[in-house]
Amino acid sequence: MEQIRAAILGSGNIGTDLMYKLKRSHSLRPTIMAGIIPESEGLARARQQGLAITTDGIEGLLKQKDSFELVFDATTASAHKQHAPMLRAAGKIAIDLTPAAVGPYVVPLVNLEGHVGEPNVNLVSCGGQATVPLVSAMRSASPVEYAEIVATIASKSAGPGTRQNIDEFTDTTARGLQRIGGASKGKAIIVLNPAEPPILMRNTIYGIVEESDPEELRKSIEEMVARIQEYVPGYRLRAKPLIEDFPGRQQKKVTLYVEVEGAGDYLPQYAGNLDIMTSAAVKVGEEIGKHLRAGTWKRDRSEARL
Amino acid sequence: MSEQISVHILDSTLRDGSHALSHQFTAEQVARVARGLDQAGIEMIEVSHGDGLGGSTVTYGFSKQSELELLEAASSVIERGKLAVLLLPGIGTKDDLKMARDLGAKVAQIATHVTEADVAQQHIELAKSMGMEVVGMLMLSHMGSPEKIAEQGKLMERYGADVVLVTDSAGALLPPTVRERVRALRDAIQIGVGFHGHNNLSMAVANSITAIEEGARWIDACTCGLGAGSGNTPTEVLVAVLDKLGYSSGIDLWKIMDVAEDIVRPLMQKPVRIGKASLTMGYAGVYSSFLLHADKAAQQFGVDPRDVLVEVGKRRAVGGQEDILVEIAMTLAQKNAEVEASPSRRLA
Repeated sequence: MEQIRAAILGSGNIGTDLMYKLKRSHSLRPTIMAGIIPESEGLARARQQGLAITTDGIEGLLKQKDSFELVFDATTASAHKQHAPMLRAAGKIAIDLTPAAVGPYVVPLVNLEGHVGEPNVNLVSCGGQATVPLVSAMRSASPVEYAEIVATIASKSAGPGTRQNIDEFTDTTARGLQRIGGASKGKAIIVLNPAEPPILMRNTIYGIVEESDPEELRKSIEEMVARIQEYVPGYRLRAKPLIEDFPGRQQKKVTLYVEVEGAGDYLPQYAGNLDIMTSAAVKVGEEIGKHLRAGTWKRDRSEARL
Repeated sequence: MSEQISVHILDSTLRDGSHALSHQFTAEQVARVARGLDQAGIEMIEVSHGDGLGGSTVTYGFSKQSELELLEAASSVIERGKLAVLLLPGIGTKDDLKMARDLGAKVAQIATHVTEADVAQQHIELAKSMGMEVVGMLMLSHMGSPEKIAEQGKLMERYGADVVLVTDSAGALLPPTVRERVRALRDAIQIGVGFHGHNNLSMAVANSITAIEEGARWIDACTCGLGAGSGNTPTEVLVAVLDKLGYSSGIDLWKIMDVAEDIVRPLMQKPVRIGKASLTMGYAGVYSSFLLHADKAAQQFGVDPRDVLVEVGKRRAVGGQEDILVEIAMTLAQKNAEVEASPSRRLA
């Protein structure tokens, strides 16, 4: 199979973890990593792994633009806002792991096919990647009036960017629950827990759904979990889905407890919240790669965008 | 004779007390309580969901009436005092804070876990930019060393807070541990220092007085002690004690007693008391707001709420993690069932 060549923009923890995942991919091949800090460990590791490297950031990367088709941007939101138009002008497809959200939100298995042809896609948030697919799974069994998630992550896995703008997490994730998950209303909560040893990322997902067959709901949820596990092996339900009558209304309350353990490629295993972002990014890249090989990553104007 | 020291009291009956009523306050009740507190001379009257603005959720319990209606109700009756709100970054957002400001809130309490003050930067800065007075709260203060509290308090000071509170969310602190924390904070920052207590070990008033002796001048309290866990420092008791010790609070003792007896107590669904579960919380150092959620989950799955709370303590759960209580109760029930069913048990 012809491998699609990928560039990694950003040589920090996320970019480095992403590199190891891309090395394992059958359909993608990382060819170059761009950073701005010459002594960064990420660049050293990239060189070791046989990637070309540049310390001139986006400019350095674009000088070698014949060596890749896809660009994973693992820098920062403000940096990505500058990168996005430059990558577009160079005809490169950007998969944005930052909160910049220049392009549409995508969650693999749920809505990528609705954004075929986009020059830039955004990965929502770690909480979104961990919970939106399961809200969508509920939605395919029954209308979801309300979805709420609580993401609890180890303090050590929350960087300064997340901390200085924690509302970005809650707002973005809530929007993802609605727009992509299909809930009429969404609410997201994030809790940082400093316990040592650091806790694994956990997510509690509540759905208030229309009266429906509990077996069908359970089946839809469990099938989705199995499909997520194909690209995030450490993703699991901590308990069977809890499906109860919602007091006072003809509705059901669904409660799901999800734990995400990272693969430990470069990021520590407890940081499932970061791992699910790099895993989802690779998955999105692979899906885009299929289209590129088939020549179908073109915008079809006749179809309504999701 | 030296000048009398004044202590600023924030009454949180309509916020921390919301936990004890499972967030079922009505606008009419809020107006009645707020009017009484205002007329008794309370300086700051806090109204919010127990878990702060935006807390009305499956996780923490839905409010009976929207925050907007409750804040409007309080705002319309407060004449002398200041309306205060609570926000926990990660649960509430800047939009919630703006809404509260527009409805007349003048004081914002911004609370984080004792080690996570940096998640509050954007909310503290926003509140200050809107002209609000900001009180930073370091929750579950018993889980942080005095040095940690000093370090985190400095961050809140840098973001613009006017006051930082040692916040004993688990009611687990005792006078010596209150003293060292308040002292460390007072030595580290130039702004005001205060204390928020819970009564799980029956120490809330004593701890508040200890804090005042160490220089704390902002004290949170709740009329009738109505609050999470075994409740908070009872406002009317605190006012009496302050008066006897020669501190001034600006609060009329008879009037606040009347508010407690005639307005707040009739609203209480059950007496706030030190029961075995809430005592366990103080003893084990568990977030007081977990109490009713733990009771409910334990009942649903037929397990002892104390076992649930001990497991919560083992997992080092922090404020906001109410979502794990049902999972813990469910897991305990499964374990119990497995033990019941195991052959060794049958032989024994």
